[in-house]
Amino acid sequence: MIRIEGIKKSFGKSEVLKDINLQLKRGQCIGLIGPNACGKTTLIKSILSMVLPNDGTIYFDQKSIAGDETYKNKIGYMPQIGRYPENMSIIQVIDMIKSIRQFDGQTDEELWDAFGLEQAKHKKMRTLSGGTTQKVSATLAFLFSPDVLILDEPTAGLDPLASEILREKIIMERQKGKLILITSHLLNELDDLLTDVIYMQDGKIVFFKTTDELMAMSGHGRISKAIGYYIKSAAV
Amino acid sequence: MNKITNFIITDIIKNKIIIIYTVILALFSWSVLSLEDNMAKAMLSLLNIILLAVPLMAVIFSTIYMYNSSEFIELLVSQPIKRKTIWLSHFAGLSISLSIAFILGIGLPIVVYSPDAAGFSILLMGLFITPIFIAIAMLCSILARDKARGIGIAIMVWLFLSLIYDGIVLYLMFQFADYPIEKPMVIMSALNPIDLARIMVLLKVDVSALMGYTGAIFKQIFGSQIGWIISMGLLLIWIVIPMWISLLKFKNKDL
Repeated sequence: MIRIEGIKKSFGKSEVLKDINLQLKRGQCIGLIGPNACGKTTLIKSILSMVLPNDGTIYFDQKSIAGDETYKNKIGYMPQIGRYPENMSIIQVIDMIKSIRQFDGQTDEELWDAFGLEQAKHKKMRTLSGGTTQKVSATLAFLFSPDVLILDEPTAGLDPLASEILREKIIMERQKGKLILITSHLLNELDDLLTDVIYMQDGKIVFFKTTDELMAMSGHGRISKAIGYYIKSAAV
Repeated sequence: MNKITNFIITDIIKNKIIIIYTVILALFSWSVLSLEDNMAKAMLSLLNIILLAVPLMAVIFSTIYMYNSSEFIELLVSQPIKRKTIWLSHFAGLSISLSIAFILGIGLPIVVYSPDAAGFSILLMGLFITPIFIAIAMLCSILARDKARGIGIAIMVWLFLSLIYDGIVLYLMFQFADYPIEKPMVIMSALNPIDLARIMVLLKVDVSALMGYTGAIFKQIFGSQIGWIISMGLLLIWIVIPMWISLLKFKNKDL
């Protein structure tokens, strides 16, 4: 579904992505994991062509995404820090995106209801707390039932109740056979969500394995422990 | 594109600054036109204010608006919308709303008091100067990531085009007064949109005779139909080139 070939990106002198090659398929729920500043967000933003790579090509459904934007109709993106026009209310932001996307189908407002955004819908974006802003971002990402979901640190800033709601929503969407890409550095949150794990470090992919493989190799039953084990053994 | 432009226009109109701008322009033009008996003199006062205030307002307001809009732009880029559409919609939204303010503030009184060639040329020049300085503002906002720096550059450009440039022209005029400098003078004036706009209006207000020999040269060159067309073309270039450079920059910008 998404094929990444030889992506390189540097900001000034620092090389953020060094020759990334990946193939992501429908039905996978992938955890993109790695230490801070390892290039996770840059990789995600490259897929959305918000960051333009210096070299390499990204294909979406076999078509290069360079100079194309229609493919974004199939992506729901939840940024790490959602930045919205300050003077708009929540409902105005949602309505504006709806009218811009010109979506014909039924919008998915499950998260909207579950997060209780209806009561807060006339609040201005500037007055919202970080957590509420995240709820708006999550609602927007799932709103158009996209085939691909890209979630950058989805649970950061959410209270336990909201993050549980989001978790269940992710599991539901996974069962519909969508491609889901999640970044997080909180490993144990992802445990029963993921089918695959990508581990990045210093702008390179260290490994890309299914969770079953990882657990079999390490003998641990939990993904977080298995990854920890793998990193340690690789370092030795 | 229309949806984003509409959104930007409503956003700008909700912003009270643009209403204050309209009211100030209106107050000024109504008072100048109703107090002055000599229409030509009134037009000149109006022209001077327009050539100072309109570019300044356009350049500062637009630069700040573009910086404040960065979140909105980021949100739009993650949606299935062409970057070109996003950028041009911002230009259209700013141009339309500032032009409406100009038409309401200056256009209305002109139509009432002086609906002649001079009046309409002032109106037309205002409607050129506004988008020219919006295009310059958008270029400044994309050249500098830092807001204070971007606004600084924008004000410098305005200062240069509206004051310093004239100073340089005058200096050269006195230095080379013994030589036939009419042609270079014409070219130099034509390259600055504010000077060009001033000349275009002066030629329609019957005072070009006061400008002496240089005025006669101006009249000969800019007064003709071809001169008029060339001037319009030059003003258009002042919109197109900054816009085009900023669009190229925006298309390659990492957000």
